[in-house]
Amino acid sequence: MQSMEAGSQGDLDAFDRHVGADGKVEPQDWMPAAYAKTLVRQISQHAHSEIIGMQPEGNWISRAPSLRRKVILMAKVQDEAGHGLYLYSAAETLGVSRDELEQQLLDGTAKYSSIFNYPTLTWADVGAIGWLVDGAAIVNQIPICRCSYGPYARAMVRICKEESFHQRQGFELMMALSKGTDAQKRMAQDALNRWWWPSVMMFGPPDGESVHSMQNMAWRIKLFSNDELRQKFIDMTVKQAEALGLTIPDPDLRFDEASGHWQVGEIDWDEFWSVVKGHGPCNRQRLAHRRDAHEAGAWVREAAVAFAAKERARSARKAA
Amino acid sequence: MATDQTWPLFEVFIRSKKGLSHVHAGSLHAADAKMALENARDVYTRRGEGSSIWVVPSAEITASAPADKGELYDPADNKVYRHPTFYKVPDDVEFI
Repeated sequence: MQSMEAGSQGDLDAFDRHVGADGKVEPQDWMPAAYAKTLVRQISQHAHSEIIGMQPEGNWISRAPSLRRKVILMAKVQDEAGHGLYLYSAAETLGVSRDELEQQLLDGTAKYSSIFNYPTLTWADVGAIGWLVDGAAIVNQIPICRCSYGPYARAMVRICKEESFHQRQGFELMMALSKGTDAQKRMAQDALNRWWWPSVMMFGPPDGESVHSMQNMAWRIKLFSNDELRQKFIDMTVKQAEALGLTIPDPDLRFDEASGHWQVGEIDWDEFWSVVKGHGPCNRQRLAHRRDAHEAGAWVREAAVAFAAKERARSARKAA
Repeated sequence: MATDQTWPLFEVFIRSKKGLSHVHAGSLHAADAKMALENARDVYTRRGEGSSIWVVPSAEITASAPADKGELYDPADNKVYRHPTFYKVPDDVEFI
């Protein structure tokens, strides 16, 4: 990769001007090593999140309440796998191998979105994930469709198209429950109670504490700050909760006339950092499951390689 | 996984419908071309995006280097006579 060559100050300045003017960067272009490194970290974290994100919902496929809900959920979990693959491919254009990336996830050195370290206790959680978690993901990801790195932006275009189905099926599921029996409505409210704050925290720490933000915004890897995106999510979700007849679990939530935005109460950042550091309800379970699946699939990967080698040898013999 | 066990990378090109060209959709790993084709179907055409798929081993693609941009494309820049707008014709002459 050319990106690994150290550039002169002139190269750096030219690069900053190019991306600053909304220019795009493609894999073969020269880029600062720190730009490539940041992208690999961000894209692979995002890919890992998609892969780990298959678990909380996959957990409910066998228990979906109808065939309709079951096929929807299978399609959604399959999409998450697809999203992980688009993103790994985008990261690989920066010269890192898939094996390295997978290894970083398996040995716990790479992070993934903390939201997936919360458990899915009831069927309503499947709806809450689609509505809130995918809703938050869309707010986060739509701007990335315009980010400076071409392969990442293109992967994100595909992903955003598909996320819209995810969010809508989740909202529809919540709607069905909230218009159902008292017990179903309680279940929907309980799911909102548990998923609201973790979803609000999905946008990351407040702007003042966000380590990578400034440089990433200059490089147009990030186009809006964590707090701007969080506000957008809160404003749109408050109205959606009203439509569902559900109550956002925040006694301090109020509409601020002056700014025209909904303001939430204090966010428990101690909980956020605790989950990031590995102490969430399901961190160990999620990684253990991924490791087991990886190891259990090893023979399939090896068999496929052996079969491909045999086929190549066979066609070589035929040609000779 | 040992390096020789790593599945090679394939680039995936998809024709969305007849009459249009194949367009690069992304890439994926597969043990061989047949598996790459099957996986491309699952990864890149889950919603009727394709009517035809090409998979090409990434290692088989020869690409121009960005550094050669000048010598590759500059020669065309000063040949304005290749564009129809180079030629002046009277305004009242039609269909030309």
